[in-house]
Amino acid sequence: MERPAWAPRSIDISAPSVSRMYDYYLGGSHNFEVDREAARRAMEFMPGLPKIMQANRAFMRRAVRFAAGEGITQFLDIGSGIPTFGNVHEVAQAAVPDARVMYVDHDPVAVAHSQAVLEGDDGADIVAADLRKPQEILHSPEVLRLIDLNRPVALLLVAILHFVEDADDPYTAVAELRQALAPGSMLVLTHASYEGIPLPTERAEGAVDVYQDIRNPLIMRTRDEIARFFEGYDMVEPGLVPMPQWRPDTAPEDEDPYAFSGFAGVGRTA
Amino acid sequence: MSAEPDGPEDRLRRFATIWSRAVFPVTSTSSTRPEFEERLLPLARLLSEALRARSFDADAGRAAGAALVEAHCTDPEALSRTLDCVDAYLVLYCGEDGDREDLRARSARLQHAMAAGFAQALRERTLTEQEAIARAALEAQGVVAQALHATEARFRAVFEGAAIGIGIADLEGNVLQVNGALRRMFGLSEQALRGRSVKEWVHPDDAPQTWRLYDELVSGEREHYHLEKAFYRPDGTVLWTNLTVSLLRDADGDPQYQLALMEDTTERRLLNLRLRYEATHDALTGLPNRAFFFERLEKALGAGEGQRFGLCYLDLDGFKTVNDSLGHAAGDRLLVEVADRLQACATASGEMVARLGGDEFVALTTGPETERTVDELAARIMNALLAPISVDGRELTVRGSIGIVEGPAGERSAAEVLRSADITMYRAKSAGGNRFELADPEADARAITRHGLTTALPTALDRGEFFIEYQPLVHLGDGSVRGAEALVRWLHPQHGVLSPDRFIPLAEHTGLIVPLGRWVLEQSVRQAREWRDRHGGEALGPLRINVNLSPCQLTHPGLVQDTVEILERTGMTPDALCLEVTESALIGADDDLLKPLRRLAEMGVDIALDDFGTGYSNLANLRRLPVSVLKLDRSFTQSMQQFPADPVDLKIVEGIVSLAHSLDLAVTVEGVETGAQAEQLRILGCDTAQGWYYARPGPPDRLHELALVDATG
Repeated sequence: MERPAWAPRSIDISAPSVSRMYDYYLGGSHNFEVDREAARRAMEFMPGLPKIMQANRAFMRRAVRFAAGEGITQFLDIGSGIPTFGNVHEVAQAAVPDARVMYVDHDPVAVAHSQAVLEGDDGADIVAADLRKPQEILHSPEVLRLIDLNRPVALLLVAILHFVEDADDPYTAVAELRQALAPGSMLVLTHASYEGIPLPTERAEGAVDVYQDIRNPLIMRTRDEIARFFEGYDMVEPGLVPMPQWRPDTAPEDEDPYAFSGFAGVGRTA
Repeated sequence: MSAEPDGPEDRLRRFATIWSRAVFPVTSTSSTRPEFEERLLPLARLLSEALRARSFDADAGRAAGAALVEAHCTDPEALSRTLDCVDAYLVLYCGEDGDREDLRARSARLQHAMAAGFAQALRERTLTEQEAIARAALEAQGVVAQALHATEARFRAVFEGAAIGIGIADLEGNVLQVNGALRRMFGLSEQALRGRSVKEWVHPDDAPQTWRLYDELVSGEREHYHLEKAFYRPDGTVLWTNLTVSLLRDADGDPQYQLALMEDTTERRLLNLRLRYEATHDALTGLPNRAFFFERLEKALGAGEGQRFGLCYLDLDGFKTVNDSLGHAAGDRLLVEVADRLQACATASGEMVARLGGDEFVALTTGPETERTVDELAARIMNALLAPISVDGRELTVRGSIGIVEGPAGERSAAEVLRSADITMYRAKSAGGNRFELADPEADARAITRHGLTTALPTALDRGEFFIEYQPLVHLGDGSVRGAEALVRWLHPQHGVLSPDRFIPLAEHTGLIVPLGRWVLEQSVRQAREWRDRHGGEALGPLRINVNLSPCQLTHPGLVQDTVEILERTGMTPDALCLEVTESALIGADDDLLKPLRRLAEMGVDIALDDFGTGYSNLANLRRLPVSVLKLDRSFTQSMQQFPADPVDLKIVEGIVSLAHSLDLAVTVEGVETGAQAEQLRILGCDTAQGWYYARPGPPDRLHELALVDATG
């Protein structure tokens, strides 16, 4: 059957994807030339971008271990992207063998790849859904099957909220998710910001413009704006801080200066 | 692992630490540096052992290189730094006391092997990951395509299966896609429709705003519009649609396509037209009917200043004879032929022919010059009827009478015009037919009065516009008043007092005679009762009241009962009443008709045979009739006004009186105007008389006076 001329094309691998760019920053090859081209352009403005990604991964790893250490065994990772290495389920399952990890992403390629990676792993699954529609996530059969919402969940919103524009009301989405979570649940969050970037803002804006160009705007928020996502949560020490400063395993002074871009934090519901 | 300070194990760890410090900054691992060092330690041991092995094998280098990639050191810089580190420190920290030259050579070979191992592992990892992401992309596309396919299939099914026609065109008007319903409506294939331009579909019946709305839509000023639109089909027929066109915009809100939804209303429209046609046309001849004609006539009469109208009202002469003798089917065929000929007479614009019903047709002409054109039209019609019409093998000669009305618009109503035409047509007919007459206001007025009286009759009775006058009946023997004849009058609000001959035939015609007759009977009997009461009855003898019965009343089933009820209500005896029936009403009367009269006669009501001698007087029949009085028509007595009277008339009257008396009938004479007359009639043996000689008809009190005079005088 011929596709009607006016029907929208849904999947277009000729357009860069932020999750494949992320993979490229991390030295992976799960990407196409369009992704690499966009990533290289962004890196022209911010050569240290890979270090920010690496810091994100390292923070996520520490946070998951922390949550597991606090007795949490269920993880809901929204905006999980392309699983490269050191993924939540690997970290979590290493800490708690019966950990359950639910990945959520709206990029169909990321979802398809995750499905391939997670095949045979009963403790982890992926669902194609969008952070902007929390109810669809919470009521998806995959989430209902894997996650018991009556028990605490660690909700991971790592390097995702800065891709949600204010027009799409990210605060309400985050609040709706919180309301669905049992007491003792945690919010693990990182967010891009001009604060902490070891460059003049004008240069950083060049990288932000690249994301604008690829129609995946990067929303840089201030620390205060980011802190608002934790409404309804009690901040876990040390609060909302640059990533290397959050419960570091090694001296933060040894970290790359770029790693201090943006903020990370963990909150816990009462 | 605890290590002896500066022992081989400690030295190996120091090598690993240096190595990890050199490489960690260029890795992408999420591990910490100490964790990373732990990963490098086994690799360092592998290299260390290979360096000092009895028989050298460079494969350890390969393995170490590959392991680096596995530890997510995919950046070539990690290899470069690793090789720098191995070159500088491996022999130094792990060489122990071996031959330096030999160790350096082995280190170099290990580095070559590491580079090869790294490159191969990276190549494999890269290929694997590329393959994985490509597969994921394909799969994702598959999933999306499948979902899209399902949506599309559903959409396509809706699109194709919709009963409504759907078409999509771009903003230049090029048709991109159409569904089955639309193709069927147009009777065109998809190929024939696709690529056509919407703008070609101009139709003369397009509403004036059609293409303005279109332009507004394609320029993005309008989201949709809705109208009725006609299209030409390839076979030249017309497709009527209920059309809704919507603008489709893309995700950014820019106008992209136009979507047309159309419903085929051709049938419905045809049906409406047919219903309209049927409602406005005569089924037999196909000519416009009365309703349609009135519509057009009203339009013509409502036209502006300077506009006139001319109307020919045609009625065929003797059409009834055709129907009666040849049958209705032949009559119908005749009418159809006449209709066709008439139609051919009125082909100019502003002209029309209609059939009003039966054999009545009208032709209308309009415009500023109808004074001339209407005459021509009438002449054409008369001419068209000249040639005989062949029906069932017979050549029938058709003639018609035409009434013509012509005048300026805006003065008269359609009904008035048509009535005038009707009257004029009758004038033509009564002048012998086969001609046309022009309307004449005076002739109209006469006819209109007759018409007006007929329509005013029913309400006149309700409004009490009728009254009764009484004319005394005098006994010829002694000159005493014996009774009176009741004569009804109509006090018309416009025309004044009207005598019965003006309105009784109309009342007969409309059937109003029955209630009117009943009213006259009741009033008269009441009056008789009043006289009786005032006169004290016996002294003067009973005053009898004569009331006329029309033929209609005779056949009315309520006659006997009404009469009985009236007599009972007024308390009068039947012998105080005489009902007068005209001779003509009883001609050929059978027993059924006579039965009510007989019943009344048996009761004691007198029955008088009125106007005797004017009809076909079957004297032998008299025996059979339940009559007790003969009223001789005034024509017999007229000659007796002169002196000497016509001897033949005298003989006739004498004979009738003798005959009547022999049948035991009393004889009353009418129209007595002179004393000589009265005397003559008395001599001839007549019993009672009435006429101007005694008294004209008058109010009841006059009779009362007369009776008193008579009684005292």
